[in-house]
Amino acid sequence: MLNTRTKLGILGALAGSLLFTGQSQAADCEPLVLGSAISLTGKYATNGVHAQNGYEFAIQKLDEAGGVKIGDKCYNFKVTYYDDESKGDRGATLAERLISQDKVQYMLGPYSSGLTKAIAPVTEKYKIPMVEAEGASRSLFNKGYKYLFAVLSTSEQYLASAVTLAAEMAEKEGKTASDVKIAIAVENDPFSLDIRAGVLEDAEKYGMQVVIDEKLPRDLSDMSAILTKVKLLKPDVLVVSGHSKGAATAVRQIGEMKISVPMVAITHCEAADVTGNFGEFANDILCSTQWAETLTYEDELFGTAANYETEFKAAYPEYAEKTVPYQVAQASAAVYVFADAFQRAGTLDKEAVRQAIAETELSTFYGDIKFSEAGNNIAKPMVLRQIQDGKYNVVAPSAFASHELNWPRK
Amino acid sequence: MDQILGNLGLLFEFPVVNLKIIIDGVMIGALFALAAYGLALVWGVMNVKNLAQGDFVIAGGYIAWWLTGLGVYPLLGVPLAFVLMWGLGWIIYKLVIARVIERDLFTSLLATFGIAIMMAQLLNLLFGSDTQSVNLGFETLFFFDGFVDVPIAKLIGVCMAAVLATCVIVFMKYSRMGQAIRATAQDARAARVLGIDTEKVYAFTFSLNAAICGAAGAIIVMVWVIQPFYGITYAIRAFVIVTAAGLGNLPGVIAAGLGIGALEQYGSHIFGIGYQQAIAVLLLLLVLVFRMIQQRRSRQVLK
Repeated sequence: MLNTRTKLGILGALAGSLLFTGQSQAADCEPLVLGSAISLTGKYATNGVHAQNGYEFAIQKLDEAGGVKIGDKCYNFKVTYYDDESKGDRGATLAERLISQDKVQYMLGPYSSGLTKAIAPVTEKYKIPMVEAEGASRSLFNKGYKYLFAVLSTSEQYLASAVTLAAEMAEKEGKTASDVKIAIAVENDPFSLDIRAGVLEDAEKYGMQVVIDEKLPRDLSDMSAILTKVKLLKPDVLVVSGHSKGAATAVRQIGEMKISVPMVAITHCEAADVTGNFGEFANDILCSTQWAETLTYEDELFGTAANYETEFKAAYPEYAEKTVPYQVAQASAAVYVFADAFQRAGTLDKEAVRQAIAETELSTFYGDIKFSEAGNNIAKPMVLRQIQDGKYNVVAPSAFASHELNWPRK
Repeated sequence: MDQILGNLGLLFEFPVVNLKIIIDGVMIGALFALAAYGLALVWGVMNVKNLAQGDFVIAGGYIAWWLTGLGVYPLLGVPLAFVLMWGLGWIIYKLVIARVIERDLFTSLLATFGIAIMMAQLLNLLFGSDTQSVNLGFETLFFFDGFVDVPIAKLIGVCMAAVLATCVIVFMKYSRMGQAIRATAQDARAARVLGIDTEKVYAFTFSLNAAICGAAGAIIVMVWVIQPFYGITYAIRAFVIVTAAGLGNLPGVIAAGLGIGALEQYGSHIFGIGYQQAIAVLLLLLVLVFRMIQQRRSRQVLK
């Protein structure tokens, strides 16, 4: 009896070792722990999970590619996650816990600007480098933080390009840019207020008139009051930003009330799945995005943007039916930045790693990444896509555009 | 300030906008009134102030949305949500409410607050935190050069709300159970002495409330959007309306519901939509102050 068991044991061990050598070297790498407080419950749960999936997918890709080589050793990233319940105070507490109890030396960001704002002072205090992918508010980058780096474009750029586009269209029509009237409806949160600031800044540059400038409530389910004003004042551009509920409410009611504005630009189209939920109501609406799978970016690890999308969908079948949200892609890019910085630093010393991150100059499937003094990515532009027959087609900036803009919107 | 004046100006420049605001307000108010009626029922009969009222509404919405996803015709979601929420209401009553009903005010407040948090989080885990809605794909009717728009979906929703409210009123007035509920509300002890099983009445009332909220939610998901954490919006409105109308004053609840809907729409037109909730709370404050003054007068009479 014992004999058979031993034999089986030896056989098993043999088979195991065969399997391991067959796979790759990754199994021999040591784990390297990163920490992240992320919203797995609460109002940001959907996007929090997107970000987590993005992190995990990149880590899996790195493992498959043989781990991260630091000096002459190799490591596999492993992330300790805590659920911040979408609450800032909770996020800050958890960051403290990750750093002082779990001894985490490097952090990946949480979801949303608000949470990043809550956590950044903690990582700063302990001098822990944090690469974040989901906090775009520009107020994160004027506090003099030295250990905070963001791979995404800051939020005032989100819809500012729509203003430029409107100016171009007005000139094409033989009017001047200053004839353009703008209506703005944004939520009263740091992210959306930045978007408003960006739009106002550009509108002022062109001398455009802002006819409606309203704040949406946090629990918005009806914006007909604003849309009635839009009907009366007939602006040329309508800008709406209020996370996925803002997108859903706007698209639904613009369709129901047959609001005809030549250009409607909103954020969070994918998160609200406006094409799936509202069909043709969503047509010709402009959506801002950090990233699109049709862009011509690429890198060694993930290949092209399109390849990233295919492989991600294969790894996470729940995304098979929809467009991969940019929140996923940028989370992967953040992990990639860490891997690259570790390899260049060649050490686990967090000061050296911080220095290496600051010197990042990377072309990725997500776009170019180069950090300013303040820590935001200045190498990547925002992209505007238009929903054309239920498909998201890139229409701006023109260098990457794959389709013509449908204008005016009916 | 300029904007407020500008918005006021629009009301006079385009008088038809007033009509549009009132129609919108009445339509949203009808649904507030439904949730408020359920609250008044539970409050009046059991003296339980149900803080989970809004979450019942949202749960009903999610049931309808989920059924639509399974291929059920969207309008059928309303009766189905009514039935399913009835069941859920009964379970919650047996598990929680039955244990706190005899206790003081704070115990039941805490218990229902706990239920509210649990429900919001459960909905979040089950359905995700994205906003959801059901699109009926109906046309919109336009009047006055397109200034006044009435989506047919909204019209159907309001009609369903009206039908439901009428049914409940008739039921309360003429059915045996309705009489028992009213008797219990007036004096639970006397009702018990006269052979009414108040325990049964309580369970029935709470289930009925959950079912009404569920139906309201199923209508809301067809007309607006829902999200697991939106419950508080409806809970606040329900409390404002019941406080304004008083318990057991059914026409008052409906009038207050429609009124608060219209006032909110006016407020959000003039001050900006960001102040919509603030306007609801301000109204509550005014109602409370007004009631206090009223009561002071009656206390003086008592002296």
